[in-house]
Amino acid sequence: MNRFDYVRPDTISDAIKALAVPDARALAGGTNLVDLMKYEVARPSRIVDINRLPLKAIETTAEGGLKIGALVTNSDLAWNATVHEHFPLLASAILAGASPQLRNAATTGGNLLQRTRCYYFYDPSTACNKRVPGSGCSAIGGVNRIHAILGASDECIAVHPSDMCVALAALDASVDVEGPDGKRNIPFTAFHRLPGTEPHLDNTMAAGELITGIHLSRCDFGINHTYVKIRDRLSYAFALVSVAVGLKLKAGVIEKVHVALGGVAHKPWRDLDAEAALKGQRPERAAFAEFAGQVVAQARGQGQNDFKIELARRTIIRALEQAAAGTPQHQSNKSLQQEK
Amino acid sequence: MSVTEASHIGRPTNRVDGPLKVTGQARYAAEYPAPDLLYGYLVGSTIAAGRITAIHLDLARSVPGVVEIFTHENRGKAAWLDRSWRDEVAPPGHPFRPLHSERILFDGQPIALVVAETYEAARDAASLIHAEYETAEHCTELERKRSEAYVPPEKRSGIPPPPDPRGDAEQAFEEAPVKISRDYRVNAEHHNPMEMFGTTCVFEGEGRLTIYDKTQGSQNAQGYVTSVFGLKSKNVRVVNHYVGGAFGSGLRPQHQLFFAVMAAIELERSVRVSLTRAQMFHIGYRPDNFQTVSLAADREGRLQSIMHDVVAATSRYEDHQEVVVNWSGMMYHCDNVKLSYRLAKLDTATPCDMRAPGAAIGVTALECALDELSYEVGIDPLEIRRLNFASKDENTDKQFTSKALHACYSEGAAAFGWNERKPEPRSMRERQELIGWGVSTGMWDAFLQKAEARAKLSADGRLEVSTAASDIGTGTWTILTQIGADAFGIPLEDVTARIGDSTLPTSPVEGGSWTAASNGSAVQAACEAVKQTLFKHARKMANSPLAAAELEDVDVSKGRIFRRDDPGRSLTIVEVMHAADLQAIEETGKVGPSLLQMTKYVSYTHSAVFAEVRVDEDLGVVRVTRVVCAVAAGRILNPKTARSQILGGVVMGIGMALHEEGITDHRLGKIMNHNLAEYHIPAHADIEDIDVIFVDEHDDKVSPLGVKGIGEIGIVGTAAAVANAIFHATGKRVRDFPITIDKLIAA
Ligand SMILES: Cc1cc2nc3c(=O)[nH]c(=O)nc-3n(C[C@H](O)[C@H](O)[C@H](O)COP(=O)(O)OP(=O)(O)OC[C@H]3O[C@@H](n4cnc5c(N)ncnc54)[C@H](O)[C@@H]3O)c2cc1C
Ligand code: SF4
Repeated sequence: MNRFDYVRPDTISDAIKALAVPDARALAGGTNLVDLMKYEVARPSRIVDINRLPLKAIETTAEGGLKIGALVTNSDLAWNATVHEHFPLLASAILAGASPQLRNAATTGGNLLQRTRCYYFYDPSTACNKRVPGSGCSAIGGVNRIHAILGASDECIAVHPSDMCVALAALDASVDVEGPDGKRNIPFTAFHRLPGTEPHLDNTMAAGELITGIHLSRCDFGINHTYVKIRDRLSYAFALVSVAVGLKLKAGVIEKVHVALGGVAHKPWRDLDAEAALKGQRPERAAFAEFAGQVVAQARGQGQNDFKIELARRTIIRALEQAAAGTPQHQSNKSLQQEK
Repeated sequence: MSVTEASHIGRPTNRVDGPLKVTGQARYAAEYPAPDLLYGYLVGSTIAAGRITAIHLDLARSVPGVVEIFTHENRGKAAWLDRSWRDEVAPPGHPFRPLHSERILFDGQPIALVVAETYEAARDAASLIHAEYETAEHCTELERKRSEAYVPPEKRSGIPPPPDPRGDAEQAFEEAPVKISRDYRVNAEHHNPMEMFGTTCVFEGEGRLTIYDKTQGSQNAQGYVTSVFGLKSKNVRVVNHYVGGAFGSGLRPQHQLFFAVMAAIELERSVRVSLTRAQMFHIGYRPDNFQTVSLAADREGRLQSIMHDVVAATSRYEDHQEVVVNWSGMMYHCDNVKLSYRLAKLDTATPCDMRAPGAAIGVTALECALDELSYEVGIDPLEIRRLNFASKDENTDKQFTSKALHACYSEGAAAFGWNERKPEPRSMRERQELIGWGVSTGMWDAFLQKAEARAKLSADGRLEVSTAASDIGTGTWTILTQIGADAFGIPLEDVTARIGDSTLPTSPVEGGSWTAASNGSAVQAACEAVKQTLFKHARKMANSPLAAAELEDVDVSKGRIFRRDDPGRSLTIVEVMHAADLQAIEETGKVGPSLLQMTKYVSYTHSAVFAEVRVDEDLGVVRVTRVVCAVAAGRILNPKTARSQILGGVVMGIGMALHEEGITDHRLGKIMNHNLAEYHIPAHADIEDIDVIFVDEHDDKVSPLGVKGIGEIGIVGTAAAVANAIFHATGKRVRDFPITIDKLIAA
């Protein structure tokens, strides 16, 4: 861990000014940044502690949507009454992640910006294009059991590790950012990016920008949603594969379907073509299997992670079944129930 | 003098050190303050084999607060001979000597120590050190070295090699009507105790050092330090009052001890060095292994042949050995047995004993194989174990001092409800979950080691018992207090135990589950000696009511010494000491194995482990919903701490079955998942019901206290019971541990 300057601004504009030096980093819950500093992966020149900024509110919007401040903790968000009632998919995904202690510290903005868990990314003695552009990707041909099966490039096969973001992708959220050039709102699906030839960039934020909050529009999935997370132990592990589903059924057919996958790509993965094809169908296993097949059709394994293709297919089917039955996965019940 | 009726021994007793621990007052090695303390931070090599050609320190030296940087070029003086570096439990070979030369033997090998006025400065400077290497070819992959495996030429002390073959296992295998031969593997595991390794070496001046070290043996660490640095024993005191877990990783001195002491001597200041979690993955570990078990039986399931071959990993520089296969020759009755155990050298640190070393992996393979055989024969997996019960140790032809294994089978089965089991795989389910029940036998040594203790009874009736034992979370503080209290019929509050200090009476390292039996018996012997002395003085008193009594006739309780047949005829301890003009009576006690008995008997703990799993049929997610572990371990001193030991062992066994695995990139020779987020051990959600049963087992030969020890038996057999349950649930036999989702959804 290196020496760094530390500042703790009170206003957003001061924070943005403070961030305008090379290698300055915002510190929110610190649950990812501090680890990265201990591993010498992040060596910030300046830590801008943003915890005093007025970004801790959860507000309902006029249209029945939600505006979530960037500093709302994962716990506060998951246990918020409005979120529980109107956005249970979001609450469920958050509770599927990390541990209570981490969720108490982790923030909404930090969760979006947490970095991959690729082993090599955390080990500065190895080559990693994401850490040091142009140095190579050790995971290709190496230990890649947890790596991407969709949307990877020859330069990077890392996955985005967040659970919360998978739900936000399924809910068509958007992200408020503010920087030296003013404010922007970025649709969630355009927020994270695929690695391509620039794997060091996880997202489309510009240098010096700050996340101020998340926007959610009104959600009409009712009880037809679920978040199913498959991992190497029953809690406190990142997803091998996770699936967030929101369905709207009308007259026995699927009127609307959003499916986002976690643990499989450099960003929460949605397949809009497959979603379109599922619309208008009866909510039955055959249709779900067809959908799942279409989503994983483009998937490519790296050797150790080949199993994730089949696992993703099966998990998508299970999640769609749960959502259709209106029996969302309970995150404390470790049995991945299936209605028959 | 007889043992006073037990009022503490055998009672569920809270840890006497519990309040100190939960209030943060119990100090661990890296928490002791010292004036002018310096902080050391280690830098590890980034290659697995080769040599350092240059090491650049300028940037690091310029960090404010840096006092010194030690590398192989300027390390302090240390012993030259291999022999001087060998600790009490070292395997044969050339012990690792930190900074000895530019040679790199494993990834993460410490190549520099930065010492600074603050931890932060040391850590910052460490990140600025850059080494250049000439790499040599390395191999960390056991599979590639399997063909070069060898029988270790020099045996590790205390580790019996496999017994000679008996009967003709190959021919019996050929001729038997039912047989299986299977390959198993338990991947490398890392101990990861909660407390990280740390040493605070206090430079007392005049050549004296007080060393607070995370170790399982203060005297082993003391011996190592005096021999490596050529110091006088009387000048080096090692303290390990509290140890935040170790699981065997603290049996041998770890790097930080060497570095803290070396720097303290060189700089003539107190120095603390602690390892980070990631650095703890570069010290000893449970070795990777390949195992082949071949079993044959007659049509009823009686074993005709047992063959068990193992190749296990060791380092380039030492032949680490464990008892892996011998269990296969003594757990069951069989006339034809052939066992082999070989090593293969990898470019890693030397493996290290980890909870139930050897048995945890060897018994896992044997017990899975026996399960496979039971399906081939077509009999119940529990029945095949009962049928092949060994009533003596057939490896040595000696009798067991006790073996209540049948009681483990029957009480465990009853508690579990085993007789409701449907024999067919995939025959029990609830909705999407397949349910399976599995069983395994467990076995571990019941050792009695040489140990000494001192007991001191003061005139005020208070007792102090001391021995250089360690409490690695096992409950040693508490049981020694209980034993002392019962010896004099006094409350626990009137007893002070002293352990965790090399200046106390001689003790072996805390390991092998022998501490309760060995140090416990030594404490009892010391207390007996105090009572004898007390009695001698009591009888000598003028008009003593005990004048005519013999030692056997009297007892001590609640501050009095009295005739058992007439408790009214008594004296208070205060009176006796006053009359003899004594402030206290202090005596020592000693125990050790009886060589005579060892020619006829062997002692082991046994267990039967029953597990229920539920496996999601499509998704391969496994839940271990119930475990019953029935243990025969002689006398149980403290059912509460004993139960904790078994629970911990079972949890670790579930981890072996499903989670734990050091993942290495063999191209780089590097462990990649070196933190507790990616190196998985069971989380709370992975653990449901665990029922621990201690069956009655009376053993008057195993140790003076009748105690066998329970630190390790809990892990032995658990992984096999879980794996066997997974087979019963799914019909899939995974022989490569841990059994992760990828292995279950394949096939
Ligand atoms: C052991 C472990 C297990 C975990 N398991 C899971 C899991 O299962 N599922 C899961 O989803 N997550 C998991 N996490 C990750 C956890 O959710 C993230 O670490 C957390 O959400 C990050 O939030 P934070 O506020 O602590 O971020 P910080 O660590 O403070 O920041 C992370 C990054 O975001 C930047 N940043 C933070 N806030 C802002 C802002 N408002 N504007 C601009 N930049 C900002 C920081 O500069 C930094 O680069 C786990 C973490 C750990 C350590
Ligand atoms: S997958 Fe990406 S993060 Fe991992 S080593 Fe390759 S480039 Fe680095």
